[in-house]
Amino acid sequence: MTDIIDISTLRLAVAYIFILILLFIVKINKVGHEGEIIIASIRMTIQLVLVGYVLTYIFDNPGLIYSLLILLIMEGFAIKNIYDRVNRELSKSMKLIIAMAMISGTMISIIYFIIAVINLKPWYQPQYFIPLSGMLIGNSMTGIALGTNGLIEGIRKNKDQIENALMLGARPEQATRDISNNAFYNAILPTINSMLGMGIVFLPGMMTGQILAGAPPLTAIKYQIAIMLGISGSVTLTVYIMVKAGIKTFFNERAQLEIF
Amino acid sequence: MFQLENVRYKNILKIDQLTIKKGLITCILGKSGSGKTTLLKLLNNMLGPDSGLIIFKDRNICKYDPIELRREIVMLPQNPVVFSNTIRDNFILTEKYAENPHAGDSRYKEILSKVGIDKKLDDSADNLSGGEKQRLALARVLLLNPGILLLDEPSSALDEKTEEKIIEMVVNYIKEKKGTLVMVTHSKKIAEKYSDVIITIDRGRIIDLALKEG
Repeated sequence: MTDIIDISTLRLAVAYIFILILLFIVKINKVGHEGEIIIASIRMTIQLVLVGYVLTYIFDNPGLIYSLLILLIMEGFAIKNIYDRVNRELSKSMKLIIAMAMISGTMISIIYFIIAVINLKPWYQPQYFIPLSGMLIGNSMTGIALGTNGLIEGIRKNKDQIENALMLGARPEQATRDISNNAFYNAILPTINSMLGMGIVFLPGMMTGQILAGAPPLTAIKYQIAIMLGISGSVTLTVYIMVKAGIKTFFNERAQLEIF
Repeated sequence: MFQLENVRYKNILKIDQLTIKKGLITCILGKSGSGKTTLLKLLNNMLGPDSGLIIFKDRNICKYDPIELRREIVMLPQNPVVFSNTIRDNFILTEKYAENPHAGDSRYKEILSKVGIDKKLDDSADNLSGGEKQRLALARVLLLNPGILLLDEPSSALDEKTEEKIIEMVVNYIKEKKGTLVMVTHSKKIAEKYSDVIITIDRGRIIDLALKEG
């Protein structure tokens, strides 16, 4: 395998022409949001440069504390991101459930994946532990955000139907079964769709990265298959915990519907 | 059967004292927004009072398991929603909700004809007219064979003739069972014809309670 071709800073700068093209098109068509595009590209650059330096330091000084610290920061940002992406104001208990579902669901998946599938030794080896955890956390974050939105909207839109069911003697979980099933399905749908299109419609990021870094394609696909399975497990687990516990926050102890 | 003492719910309902007796047909009259639906929902614990006491069968209503309570005191809301799929599915889902045994097609057909719906069990419930949907919702409630029935404007989507027929059927059904019926209605005529007690509510307060002679 050939060594990876580094990109010189000058050549990297040349790549910003793509942003200039975008800004040019947006400007002449009066689409607006130029400021947003500029801020996004600047933020992307600064964030990645910082991460580059942080990872370089951690890879040079591998340690359990660093890996766990990064994991904690990733979880924290993911949870904050979910709160921001949900369209409605979240109740305190719903926020807590989202955080618990994210942490417990992703942790179980990460530990299983790192130990049973990758067989990483030591298990916190940052070069593997950090990016693999990041992928599981990132995808679970999207899943939970979709699931939470689905749950809240489903309850609001079907308030009358839920009340009808309760008046017929249904338990809250029976009265909301379709809503929680739909929220769950919609949350895992992007993962299912990405599995369907993988390798045909697009080459997934991790596999592309590994191939660019010089890994044999067959090794790269094994990692990609493994991570896709890991992602589907982590998304399933986190969303399931969130939906099952989250649906209860819409009812009080007298099984009365309470919409915040 | 029900006793309400100093019951307050937000600024919607203020009831100092009210008794709803067992085995009687009680009608609640009042303008829209006067608190009729709130009163009904307090009786099956779909709402809890902010203060005051609601006694059901000599016990504070809050001491009952709310699910079991709603299986005993079944309520038909003002704007009932039919569940998706067929008419049969509506009955099956109702039985599942109430954890009742499966009654089967012949019972479903019997109830359907009772409420005057001339459709097959396999017909889509979504395609029913407004009045038919209301009657299907009533049929679902009757399937549960409740001893205490709370009806919130059960005939608002029906024409006068059908309305009277349906109300008469429900009233006879409850009387046969020696059950209790509490019904919110907009029709003074219906209230006077069928009820034993008429409660009139205005702006959250009971302004009149009339007992039928005899």
